[in-house]
Amino acid sequence: MQFLEIKSLLIEKFGEGIVLSENSFYTQSQLQISPEKIVEVCFFLRDTDQLYFDYMTCLTGMDNGPEKKTMEVLYHLYSIPYNHSIVLRVETNRENPEVPTISNIWRTADWHEREAYDMFGIKFTNHPDLRRILLPADWEGFPLRKDYLEQEYYHGIKVKY
Amino acid sequence: MKNTIQYQYDSKHLTNSEPLATDVSKLRTEEMVLNMGPQHPSTHGVLRLEVVTDGEIIKNVIPHMGYLHRCFEKHAEKLPYNQLIPFVDRMDYLAAMNSEHAYAMGIEKMLGIENDIPKRVEYIRVLVAELNRLASHFIAIGTYGLDVGSFTPFLWLMRDREHLNRLLEWLSGARMLYNYIWIGGLYYDLPVGFEDRCTDFINYLKPKLQELQKIMISNEIFIQRTANIGVLPLDLAINYGISGPCLRASGLRYDLRRVDGYSVYPELDFEIPIGKGEMGTVGDCWDRTNVRVLECWESVKIVEQCLVKLKGEHKRTRDFDPQALVPKKTRPKLMDFYARAENPKGELGFFFRTTGTYDIPYRVKVRSCCFVNLSVLPAITKDVLLADLIAILGSLDIMMGEIDR
Repeated sequence: MQFLEIKSLLIEKFGEGIVLSENSFYTQSQLQISPEKIVEVCFFLRDTDQLYFDYMTCLTGMDNGPEKKTMEVLYHLYSIPYNHSIVLRVETNRENPEVPTISNIWRTADWHEREAYDMFGIKFTNHPDLRRILLPADWEGFPLRKDYLEQEYYHGIKVKY
Repeated sequence: MKNTIQYQYDSKHLTNSEPLATDVSKLRTEEMVLNMGPQHPSTHGVLRLEVVTDGEIIKNVIPHMGYLHRCFEKHAEKLPYNQLIPFVDRMDYLAAMNSEHAYAMGIEKMLGIENDIPKRVEYIRVLVAELNRLASHFIAIGTYGLDVGSFTPFLWLMRDREHLNRLLEWLSGARMLYNYIWIGGLYYDLPVGFEDRCTDFINYLKPKLQELQKIMISNEIFIQRTANIGVLPLDLAINYGISGPCLRASGLRYDLRRVDGYSVYPELDFEIPIGKGEMGTVGDCWDRTNVRVLECWESVKIVEQCLVKLKGEHKRTRDFDPQALVPKKTRPKLMDFYARAENPKGELGFFFRTTGTYDIPYRVKVRSCCFVNLSVLPAITKDVLLADLIAILGSLDIMMGEIDR
């Protein structure tokens, strides 16, 4: 199914205001959804027969920097039987970034969300087990934020070499 | 020289840096927490598993990782696209060629030069990627043999992998981390005589693969050990985002080489083996190993076809320059782009956000196949025996370098 058909199905279900903005790069089109609506939209995309997005390929956290004061989460969804894909984009503020979890829809999102929390400090509300995944639990700060400064010492080891 | 303290000892450091995820006070009397790894030979690297056991029955498994974290994504925000290729090598260090191929293809698509790449370059890329796929599967199958108690296949496969390593060393100068596939081309052309040596190797390998099938796959002890163990149903696999041989072993004919048809794969003739549950249930450990062995045969087929093309239609010429299309400045337009390709272990994806003004990416996210494949481990190890945990973990074929990045 083409991008425009997916978009019109979404608008038909949730009304005109659901798509906040859209971007297209080659064949990979993005739809911006508000964080409050993302769970409903994901359930709809997975459970509708014509769409059937059964595979969540990738979840990316992103920091737009202190000037823009926003953070983003991008969801790459894919449908194995129909071979179509879509990218959803969610924007949140930088001071207290919060996005609802979708790990109850696609279980694979669980670890991806933990990684986004680990690197950016984006809190996924209702996540079953939001701990750091790659960094040690007593590490300070979120390293992939654009204004990140590493701590000076970790367990007495100098961090900056 | 002044002796400075490099590490302040504190007995709490260990528990603070990676605390148990289980609440020990809520365990029942017969349950206990057992720590496996990070220094454990059958965790295939530095993976720590926190296992809650009731006698020999596993109640819960919680993987802790990050011991091999080398900040790839942070490095990627500081380095130009072409200088990132050696870093990409070091993620999945057993299948560096495949990762390079995926990465280079993604950047070429962003630059819009993917259709200009000469066919000879594409065929060489597929040839070396399939050789590397063989090497990666050899490690997967061999070490899995070790895990479940057969020693001989490991030695045999390491012997055969040595030939592959030497072929690739002749090609690129390095045994494991090649930096051979560049954006827009290759580092070198094939060395003179490489095609013939490769043909010799393939002729040598075929009887060895038959031997492998006899000693390992159809070995009664191996079947007893792996059939009906660690069954991964298809719906669970898709929900957990599993890809690669693990997904195919669950019975879905899904291979990105066919689905996306990238590079010259549409011109090549090969099958996609899937798990059929011949020895037990579809998606058990035996199926996953069997799919890998069958894929070795398919890779051999692909290598042979590439060699025919490289000796015939796209043979070496004096004026062929593999670096002719390598861009001087890699500066894609402002865009978000997700590129993916089939690695030996699954779908390797790169997500790029470019700035449009610099040749340094704004953000690179790696969709690591092993990371995602490992996430299913807690779900399929509920109420299995402790000894089977090793068998299940080994059959997922994880690679810590790629999980931790």
